[in-house]
Amino acid sequence: MAGAEPNQARSDAAVVSAIRDGDESGMAELYDRYSGIVYSVALRVLADTGAAEDILQEVFMQLWRNPGLFDSSRGNLGPWLAVIARNRAIDGLRKRRNETDIEDVVISVEPDLASEAARSAAMSKVRTVLGGMAAGQRKALEMAYFEGLSHSEIATKTGEPLGTIKTRIRNGLLMLRKAFEG
Amino acid sequence: MSIHEQYAEDLALYALGTLQGEDRVAIEKHLEECPSCRRELEQYRGDMALLALSTGGPRPPSKARQRLMDAVAREPRRAAVPRTRRWGIWIPSLAAAVLAVLVVFFWRANAELRSDLASLTSRSAERETELQKTREIVATLTATDAMNVTLVAAKSPPQPQGKVMYVKDRASLIFLASNIPAAPEHKAYELWLIPMKGAPIPAGMFLPDSAGSAMILNPPIPSGMEAKTFAITLEPEKGSATPTMPIVMIGTS
Repeated sequence: MAGAEPNQARSDAAVVSAIRDGDESGMAELYDRYSGIVYSVALRVLADTGAAEDILQEVFMQLWRNPGLFDSSRGNLGPWLAVIARNRAIDGLRKRRNETDIEDVVISVEPDLASEAARSAAMSKVRTVLGGMAAGQRKALEMAYFEGLSHSEIATKTGEPLGTIKTRIRNGLLMLRKAFEG
Repeated sequence: MSIHEQYAEDLALYALGTLQGEDRVAIEKHLEECPSCRRELEQYRGDMALLALSTGGPRPPSKARQRLMDAVAREPRRAAVPRTRRWGIWIPSLAAAVLAVLVVFFWRANAELRSDLASLTSRSAERETELQKTREIVATLTATDAMNVTLVAAKSPPQPQGKVMYVKDRASLIFLASNIPAAPEHKAYELWLIPMKGAPIPAGMFLPDSAGSAMILNPPIPSGMEAKTFAITLEPEKGSATPTMPIVMIGTS
């Protein structure tokens, strides 16, 4: 059942290792763990359930076809899948060829999102941080992240100076990072 | 951590994939040289992953899970661990098929080889060597991650054709060519692996036979080289360390 996790869940690295050996049940395990993140970010970007399902399928099938693309020493699986899904969705939204070279996506992030509890806690914290941002900052960050707009496109749409947009985007990301440090 | 402040804001935009033009080129050049900024880029990607969590809520429909598992079942992958047993299954049919291809090829290339091949099959030690070669060839031909690159003549009608099958992790490369014109006197063709970064790497010399066919099997190339392009040039018979222009044939995956 989607969302179900055994009490003694295997680590992401252990499941990916099993997938390397052709273990199909490992894919079900990772799907139950991360399909929510992958689907919801794709859906938010594309606003189309069918297109979001396609991204979901594509991201997990890439993992199945080539699990070696994910290196557990270079980051956690959940965040890695989330960033790839977001990037692929943006590529789809902007109707451009996939620009994301998956092998190049290295991620450094806390926390590990392998458990449902960790994902819920992190989700709540992110929403709190976003809720505490100034409206202009949050808008700039979301336009860049969910719409894939460049800083100049955002500046044109909002009427704000280019430098202001750049600073807001960077500081917005740093605020999220800080909330998860320590 | 000490990052370069002049790149800090552009680095965030680069992580988001929204930096274009000269700014993007400048960042990519800087990242090649700056481990601190590469680390910061990883951090920004981590921040992006956190931002993805803000969308949490909608779950995919249950049919999406079945769709994935159906697709997974349709693409069973060879298990990595029981490789020996798997080879036991694969070798009789695939090895026979590949050997047949090799026999036909060499038959065309050299009539003497046909008689040699008959005696080869009776000598177990030599057979073992052939089997080992076949294993490598089969692994390359059947690898799901193999690049298949077709090379065509640069400026002439497309009769001359070359095909490269390349698996970077095993540094395994098979090159098959047909309709290749004879090389000028004291010259030979040389295949080049042009990596994503760095200088072209020699990937074997060849001279076509009277029918214009040629083959290169597993030339000595470093493992793990990400290939951008394959190219062929005419070189002195002994080969060259760097390609001599012009490129005769070229192909990209």
